[in-house]
Amino acid sequence: MGSTEGVFFLTGKDFKNAGAASSSLKGILEGMGIPAAIIRRVAIASFEAEMNTIIYAVAGMINYCITSEMIRIRIQDMGPGIENIELAMKEGYSTAPDYIREMGFGSGMGLPNIKRNADTLTVNSVIGEGTTVEFIISLSLGE
Amino acid sequence: MKLQEIIDSLSLKVETPTADLDREVKGAYVSDMLSDVMGNAKDGSVWITLQIHLNIIAVASLKGLAGIILINNRVPAEDTLKKALEENIPIMSSPLPAFELVGRLYSLGLRCR
Repeated sequence: MGSTEGVFFLTGKDFKNAGAASSSLKGILEGMGIPAAIIRRVAIASFEAEMNTIIYAVAGMINYCITSEMIRIRIQDMGPGIENIELAMKEGYSTAPDYIREMGFGSGMGLPNIKRNADTLTVNSVIGEGTTVEFIISLSLGE
Repeated sequence: MKLQEIIDSLSLKVETPTADLDREVKGAYVSDMLSDVMGNAKDGSVWITLQIHLNIIAVASLKGLAGIILINNRVPAEDTLKKALEENIPIMSSPLPAFELVGRLYSLGLRCR
């Protein structure tokens, strides 16, 4: 069975291009005829992960793999790492600095938004090294 | 309700004249937190906010929003306008503060869905 794979590279603090990778991914999914409701979920989750990398990390990359059964997105960053993943998953919790909050980021809804839109979510983080967020959105119907 | 009807009723200033204003608006959402909009706004909604930076266009585009209305006469950043035109996201502005503007939109029949 075939799969479509690719990668986007992200640069930390590059707010000018923030969201571009998720927009491109959305375009790829639209081109493949993936249902709009699924694309919406992927777009939300991938945008949140993309923004987390831009806000917190030095750099990162988004790998995507699309099969007939699922869309798997893995975002790896070179960032500070998440000290307490359980807390980070809590809606409203954020460690974002003030200038980030003034832009309307750092509301503590990033990871919760990813969780809500994904079928599975795995977060692995090492302090001082970085964070890997991987989520899967299933394409099989009737679940 | 058509976006153009809302623009006319509330005398909104259109910041992106070449964007398509003949689109259907299905609801409205007000928030200045981008993840809140990502998580909770419904597609086809018009978004009321004070944020003027570039990233609001990515949010509107990814969420399939009908447009963005800026409050308090806020002026979109230059790169925001450029991106808005590229992505065909209409940006309007109003002299009203959020509370007043949202009240008027509600009176027009718009809901959060």
